[in-house]
Amino acid sequence: MRGSGESVTITVEGAPVVVTAGLSLAAALLEAGHAVLRPSPRSGAPRGAFCLMGACQECAILVNGAVERACLVPVRAGMEVRLAGAHEG
Amino acid sequence: MRPDLAVLGAGPAGATAALVAAGHGLSVVLIDENGAAGGQVWRAPAPHLDGGGEARQGGALRAALAASPVVHRARATAWMIAREGEAWRVDLVREGRAETVTARGLVIATGAHERIIPFPGWTLPGVIGLAGATVLLKANGVLPGRRSVVAGAGPLLYLVAAALLKAGGTVAAVVDLAARRDWLAALPALAARPDLLRQGLLWRARLAASAVPVLARHAIAAAEGEKRLAAVLVAPVDAKGRLRPGAAARRIEADSLAVGHGLVPETAATRLLRLPHRYDAARGGWCAVRDVSLAAPAPALWLAGEVGGIGGAAVAELEGRMAGLAAAQALGAASTPAAAALASVVVALARARRAGAAMAAMMRPREGMVDDIAPGTIICRCEDVTRAELDAAIAAGARTLDQLKQWTRCGMGPCQGRMCGEAAGALLAAAVGGRERAGQWTGRPPLRPVAADALVGDFDYADIPIPAPAPP
Repeated sequence: MRGSGESVTITVEGAPVVVTAGLSLAAALLEAGHAVLRPSPRSGAPRGAFCLMGACQECAILVNGAVERACLVPVRAGMEVRLAGAHEG
Repeated sequence: MRPDLAVLGAGPAGATAALVAAGHGLSVVLIDENGAAGGQVWRAPAPHLDGGGEARQGGALRAALAASPVVHRARATAWMIAREGEAWRVDLVREGRAETVTARGLVIATGAHERIIPFPGWTLPGVIGLAGATVLLKANGVLPGRRSVVAGAGPLLYLVAAALLKAGGTVAAVVDLAARRDWLAALPALAARPDLLRQGLLWRARLAASAVPVLARHAIAAAEGEKRLAAVLVAPVDAKGRLRPGAAARRIEADSLAVGHGLVPETAATRLLRLPHRYDAARGGWCAVRDVSLAAPAPALWLAGEVGGIGGAAVAELEGRMAGLAAAQALGAASTPAAAALASVVVALARARRAGAAMAAMMRPREGMVDDIAPGTIICRCEDVTRAELDAAIAAGARTLDQLKQWTRCGMGPCQGRMCGEAAGALLAAAVGGRERAGQWTGRPPLRPVAADALVGDFDYADIPIPAPAPP
């Protein structure tokens, strides 16, 4: 099912990460080994992408400084991602 | 923008409604959060992937939309809907900027979201929804993990397990709430859809060929791990989905768990408009009420697809056709649809709804599942509210879902109760005598979280009106 996807480079917490173009940011981060996306606001427990269709808000992290749902955002070259939620913004 | 018709949601229902209405001469704006039309079931695959049959159906829909005069506002988050004079006003945020669509008619086709009944550890990274797993696999070509457990209820279990194998993943087990005889009992209703039956048998054959264990009448007792999922505990359940007392749980190592207990109509928009809803567990829970032509009890408003009850893509597409025809007729389109066209959709819908209802019944959570939720288990993921906190509020007198929310913050977070509402509703229903009495969360704007600076837009202090000083 996997074709020869082109790659783009994004930065995650300041470090460059090469990901497959055309993926959602949530899928790209998972593929790159970033299953943990942010701490939960009350207990601080680790959270990751959950519904992957824009409803649960678990993957809402900081993309170029703004809170975005990673499952709805396509990866773009140069995207700066922080693994933190709205509370850390 | 001021079109004749605004359509909210570009899945099979909404996109079809938009195409049909535009085909009869109405000007149409189609609003959706995703980058491409198709909704969840017909989601567009990433460019480097060859999707399957559903991608082809979606591809045909996207090609038809591209060739049509429909204005497709993709990546647009609708956050407010209101009646304004003789029109519907939809406020949205798109690429960080506020936009308004004002239309004579409105079709709400917001679809459904997934229901997952909580268990200890369900908040660990690595635990995802079954429908979410299909998004990763089919739209992105990404495996959720190296070794997966697939659990819950309904045909999605077998679709996801087969897709995992096809993508080169390992399926440690399929954990099905249903017994084999439950599946056999659903067969007669599926006779009308031999295509679905054949598909289901192919998935089962693929699992058997890879010797994947299928655990019937089993459920997830807990998920374990430190920073992310490491193992799941699986145990036998009874027909009501309750863990069998004294039965040993087996521990299965896995870095991914895809779990789901059916779909829930996405009613935030219809609740916001204070429209009537009816509780129907067999169709996913609270369903927005429509008449035979899908009109809501409000002027020029139609409700198409799963917002009115879970029925699957075939039903949604037909309902989209119905809503598009009804809108064209009511709004005086250049070419009036023939009565026969509407009648033929009514007949096709009756047939499709039978197969859809059988699948919705297989997907539903079993009624005893919430009884087993442990006191320390998180119910509301956004606000980390546990069952014990809900129980305390109910014991202290909370009698409606809104009261429960105000007392505990359950449902108050960014998902606005979409993930916790089913479990919270079922726990409260046990105390107050049914889901109807427990009620629903009151719909409030914004329908989704939106950045305040996008709503405010660009302004200058000179733009702020200053009231004239009071006369001396």
